[in-house]
Amino acid sequence: MARARKIASPGPMTSSKGELLKFYRDMLLVRRFEERAGQLYGMGLIGGFCHLYIGQEAIAVGMQSIQLAGDQIITGYRDHGHMLAAGMDPREVMAELTGRAGGSSRGKGGSMHMFSTEAGFFGGHGIVGAQVSLGTGLALANQYKANGKVAFVYFGDGAANQGQVYESFNMASLWKLPVVYVVENNQYAMGTSIERSSSETHLYRRGVSFNIPGEEVDGMDVEAVREAGARAAAFARDGNGPYILEMKTYRYRGHSMSDPAKYRTKEEVDKVKKTRDPIDHLREVLETKGWADEAALKAFDAEVKAIVADAAEFARTSPEPDPAELYTDVYLEAAP
Amino acid sequence: MSIDILMPALSPTMEEGTLAKWHVAVGDTVKAGDVIAEIETDKATMEVEAVDEGVIEALLVPAGTEGVKVNTLIAQLAGGASSNPPPKGEGDREAVEGASAARPPSPASPGLPPKGEDFTVVAAEGASPVLADPDLPEGTVFIKQTVRDALRDAMAEEMRRDDGVFLMGEEVAQYQGAYKVSRELLQEFGARRVIDTPITEHGFAGLGVGAAMAGLKPIVEFMTWNFAMQAIDQIINSAAKTLYMSGGQIRASIVFRGPNGAASRVGAQHSQDYSSWYAHVPGLKVVAPYDAADAKGLLKAAIRDPNPVVFLEHEMLYGTEFDVPQIDDFVVPIGKAKIRRAGTHVTITAHSRMVGLALKAAEVLAADGIEAEVIDLRTLRPLDHATILASVRKTNRLVTAEEGWGSMGVGAEIIARVVEHAFDDLDAPPMRVCQEDVPLPYAANLEALSLPTVDKIVQAVRAVCYVS
Ligand SMILES: Cc1ncc(C[n+]2csc(CCOP(=O)(O)OP(=O)(O)O)c2C)c(N)n1
Ligand SMILES: [Mg+2]
Repeated sequence: MARARKIASPGPMTSSKGELLKFYRDMLLVRRFEERAGQLYGMGLIGGFCHLYIGQEAIAVGMQSIQLAGDQIITGYRDHGHMLAAGMDPREVMAELTGRAGGSSRGKGGSMHMFSTEAGFFGGHGIVGAQVSLGTGLALANQYKANGKVAFVYFGDGAANQGQVYESFNMASLWKLPVVYVVENNQYAMGTSIERSSSETHLYRRGVSFNIPGEEVDGMDVEAVREAGARAAAFARDGNGPYILEMKTYRYRGHSMSDPAKYRTKEEVDKVKKTRDPIDHLREVLETKGWADEAALKAFDAEVKAIVADAAEFARTSPEPDPAELYTDVYLEAAP
Repeated sequence: MSIDILMPALSPTMEEGTLAKWHVAVGDTVKAGDVIAEIETDKATMEVEAVDEGVIEALLVPAGTEGVKVNTLIAQLAGGASSNPPPKGEGDREAVEGASAARPPSPASPGLPPKGEDFTVVAAEGASPVLADPDLPEGTVFIKQTVRDALRDAMAEEMRRDDGVFLMGEEVAQYQGAYKVSRELLQEFGARRVIDTPITEHGFAGLGVGAAMAGLKPIVEFMTWNFAMQAIDQIINSAAKTLYMSGGQIRASIVFRGPNGAASRVGAQHSQDYSSWYAHVPGLKVVAPYDAADAKGLLKAAIRDPNPVVFLEHEMLYGTEFDVPQIDDFVVPIGKAKIRRAGTHVTITAHSRMVGLALKAAEVLAADGIEAEVIDLRTLRPLDHATILASVRKTNRLVTAEEGWGSMGVGAEIIARVVEHAFDDLDAPPMRVCQEDVPLPYAANLEALSLPTVDKIVQAVRAVCYVS
């Protein structure tokens, strides 16, 4: 029973003006935040790896809009956009990037390892593919507790080749676990294009042999993301088991900050930026509908700019963690 | 009000780069996200985007300028309210670099030019001559080479010598290696012998072992050893044990290699030293070189070895230059330690990047009249304990240095052997210098506190010498 289908058929879901404006604002926040993070990295305030989400904003923002309170999210190291979309405080996220006491992990995790129990955000994982089994485990807990929650598990086109992904698919389908797998197919895993790494490049079909339905979705269109997300979430929440959404998207920046940029042409990158940009696309939608209220959009620009500037200032001035923090959080006290 | 645009860093270790191209001219209006310039290093290229909107007021560094230092003012933007953090004097840059504990000023002794980004002082002046491998012929010429290029040459030489040798791993071919260790191998040997794999460590490590069982000689590169935890079952259960389980019938001549240990600020999941993990396992050989000569000679030996070899490199040493003997077929035997500095008062054992720290510590101690003997272990399994015991019998004191956790570690093993075989020769309880017993934190200050340092080695030596 292979139910994989290409492009999601347009459904009845329509978004209100207010919703679309909010998507615009949220995507803009992610983009401006990431640009600033890139700048702080260049200044040496952020160290190590820093994987920016620029270009992929519609996925985190669109999916977030259909989640219910208590649903969980888990992803890899390209996580800043997901955290902002999940409602985490930009200050906390930026201060984690600079490794300061005000960061969401108090400076101990860094860019790739952030979490928020409040936002249902279970990380932020550095090992490619590991989040897929972990996320399936979150779904197992939901089923076990019969709490009606769904786990949203994000991973990349490169991660889609890890063995544990398929071990998880099998168990999730076998036990009908409430999980939505969201593959963020930005076409590259570091310098390897999907054609060079995958025998089946249509990742929405990867669930076929496990009887998991899948759809290909335009991940640069926030409305399409939201629509497909709603369908997948309903399927999983109703006890039918897992669902795969392959989001076709693109990363504008290098893999991390240091990237030889030789595996794809500048023309290819520019073309996506010009023709498929998720923020520009939504702006056009708003204009067509006559909802592109200049004043409102300008206000978002100003608001987002202020939030990001404030987050950067906080991240720069928040103190380094207390040296005693080195030894905390290794173990919990056992209950008496 | 003008907004300063500074030369950005592409990586924590980048100090300068080329300003390849300006995409804007004075007077142009830019908005946040617009590409304004392209910068390059030997490893990477990056587009610099505007973070604020405004009009380009000045371009201060011409396109094509090489060697532009990170944080140099490269342009100014006339714009709205700037919230750019001030670039200099924040201490953060220092903290980042301090965390790698790898960049003190080079010692200003004559004839020892500063080299690369790590300690490269192979021998200190006067008292402690370079202790060369015994069998280098008289008059051998040395060339300067980075550890990265030495590893590359070792693979290239062995691939030329034996058609059964091939390289497989993530980004090893077209990308030329995530850390550029396999540079130009694809060009020379082609796609049959330099194979890009999907991200699927458990799978390709298993394929490698299977190919080795069928008589090939794979070099399996892990992008870093952290990711080999996905594959550790195939390394131990399949590669290490099959010879034994098959009563000697099935062999696996295979090298697993890649960078091990802590890089800089990459957090707990990407900063782990696996020395003691693999050195625990019978059936594996485990090699961890420090300088470029050993990297080359030992990698060649590892490729030729009929057994599975775990070859632990260090990212922080890849760019460091050392002297490499220019002889045909320079092979360093597995299983032999090297005395890097002779001394009489205390023995310090170290491997990989810790050798540089131990040598630096020995210099500091020499200034106080303590002569330390520094032993570079080079191979962890089989461990050359004869060299260690002979040294301790002479110095009567021992400090072990390793980057990983101390508990059940390399130092623990060395000390156990010394206590078993030379207990009566010890004048003080031995001491271990190692990583603090916590996952490696990201914050610059905590990371620096967590890792072993020159000072921690110096303090341990003082303690075993009862000098305050
Ligand atoms: C197990 C493992 N292997 C390798 C890596 C190194 N690595 C980090 S990200 C990455 C590429 C992943 O690409 P993809 O899944 O497409 O995600 P994207 O970066 O495009 O978001 C690789 C190889 C890792 N972190 N973990
Ligand atoms: Mg990808």
